[in-house]
Amino acid sequence: MTARSRMIASIAAVVLIAGVAAAFAVAWRPAIAAIDPPAAGSFDPALVKRGRELAAIGNCNDCHTVRGGASFAGGLPVPTPFGTIYSSNITPDPETGIGRWPEAAFRRAMRSGVNREGQHLYPTFPYDHFTHVSDEDDTALYAFLMTRPAVRAPTRENQLPFPLDQRVVVAGWKLLFLRRGSYQPDSTKSAKWNRGAYLVEGLAHCGACHTPRNGLGAERPNAAFAGGDVDNWQAFAINAQSPAPIPWTADALFSYLRRGWQADHGTARGPMAEVVSNLSSVNESDVHAIATYMASVFGAPSPDRVKQGEAVLAQAKLPATETPAAPANATGAAIYAAACATCHETERALPYGGVHLGLSTALSSPDPRNAANIVLSGVRPVAGERSPIMPGFIDSMNDGQVTALLKFLRGRFSNQPAWNDVEKTVAEARRTQAVFLQTSPGQNNAPADATQREKP
Amino acid sequence: MMTLKVNGRDHEIDADPDTPLLYVLREDLKLNAAKFGCGLGQCGSCTVMVDGKAAFSCVTPLLLLEGKQITTLEGLGTIDKPAPIQRAFMEEQAAQCGYCIAGMMMRAQALLQRNPKPTDAQIRAEMEPNLCRCGTHMRILRAVHRAARLMDTADASPAVHGSAQ
Repeated sequence: MTARSRMIASIAAVVLIAGVAAAFAVAWRPAIAAIDPPAAGSFDPALVKRGRELAAIGNCNDCHTVRGGASFAGGLPVPTPFGTIYSSNITPDPETGIGRWPEAAFRRAMRSGVNREGQHLYPTFPYDHFTHVSDEDDTALYAFLMTRPAVRAPTRENQLPFPLDQRVVVAGWKLLFLRRGSYQPDSTKSAKWNRGAYLVEGLAHCGACHTPRNGLGAERPNAAFAGGDVDNWQAFAINAQSPAPIPWTADALFSYLRRGWQADHGTARGPMAEVVSNLSSVNESDVHAIATYMASVFGAPSPDRVKQGEAVLAQAKLPATETPAAPANATGAAIYAAACATCHETERALPYGGVHLGLSTALSSPDPRNAANIVLSGVRPVAGERSPIMPGFIDSMNDGQVTALLKFLRGRFSNQPAWNDVEKTVAEARRTQAVFLQTSPGQNNAPADATQREKP
Repeated sequence: MMTLKVNGRDHEIDADPDTPLLYVLREDLKLNAAKFGCGLGQCGSCTVMVDGKAAFSCVTPLLLLEGKQITTLEGLGTIDKPAPIQRAFMEEQAAQCGYCIAGMMMRAQALLQRNPKPTDAQIRAEMEPNLCRCGTHMRILRAVHRAARLMDTADASPAVHGSAQ
């Protein structure tokens, strides 16, 4: 070996060692020592109560509960473009849950997506948002979770291909996409707006569904709230690109998020049904704050859009008329008249009558998925409560008939161009809705407003 | 005119394609087991089976039924020779006013054809869309369990019209 080649070899070795050391520094996280599970009585009840509300805002139970399973015991399969990830058990069970986690471990998981043992967590757990949650709120969330009934439920093995099944790759993802830091208030905005921004960008993690993701599964920061995907539902754009026929206002948002429905927009369904079910149980002022912030994200609608919305609303309030069936789609028109119009074109107001479909965002949206999902599976009732309900037609309509219906609805109730590939969407919706309905835990709470609940 | 297959027989029906199945069953075919409750697919008293699956006949227009097998309670058994599901409901005295019961039996029948040994939780989940104002739910649950046991015995095989295809 010449001196020259020796030198190259030693430089290569140094670079390699430095690289490994750097990778190690990026990826390695120490374990945090296990503790004996703290007694439930050791937590201040007021703190636990606060934690309960925060957990509802964070929608924790929705992912960490599987249909038929115990609350917070995990096991929900979360389909991603990379494979299926199973939610974990966050009850205080010492062996299969977080019973042996000290608060510091919980805070580290929220802040940077690392479990007590020091392994990286997949970003299906939205720590890219939870990293903004304050210490104080993490403390309350910890107190709440540690006082739930401990449930023995081992977390299921994820179904991921190599190398994604190696948790160390998540360290690279974090390097690229995890932006830590507490929420910085905007002093030019109201306290309410700032409170809303803190919740929406942090714990409520609205963008996790409503912001589109890049090829590596990270939210695209320059497309915030421009619409995303979840469980084969389209999470609508909730910024200026919103496809809602009537522009959203802070009041309408509050009412929708709090009660689960709003007269000019309709009823929350799909994964959003569980979100509003949770929001029905929290402090009203936090829902007001979220609505205030989100109204500013939507932005003030243009005068044109306002005028269009008013026209749609006026149309929807006209008495029901016979549908002039386009001969090309007599099937769709007839299905609508017989199966849909009895609820969707009556004097019965929301939530117990159907929304006039001219107001439906699903029909004005560029993607027919949500409309297909809802025709197939309907709106499930909330157990033991009065709530909006719609029968699903999955067993009585074939794909061709659902397709005909959707094409008719799009033509009759939106001013948007016809959808493409409706048939394919319907077939896909039939396949995925069956899975979603079997695994999703469903709503626990009624549409919130108790005064409305008593109304017919 | 269209041909409607009900309880194993073909019927020529002269009605608009958007006519709800329930109206045709009750008014044209005089099959009165299925009841009009809400007319909105929300109460379940109109439940029948379409190709072996429970469907609300009040929101199922004729045009969806081309070539499909419809089964009503009349297709399961008769007063003299009740089907297992009917025997079970009688033996448990599951009916009070009875208005919802035909629909209850049809949904239970569809469940048992698909899953002959359902758990209590599965029965509760399946029967959720059907409402009973009298409150005989506990008896209805027992009746469905009893029907499962009856169907399990050789002498009481369920009627086959419209079994899943």
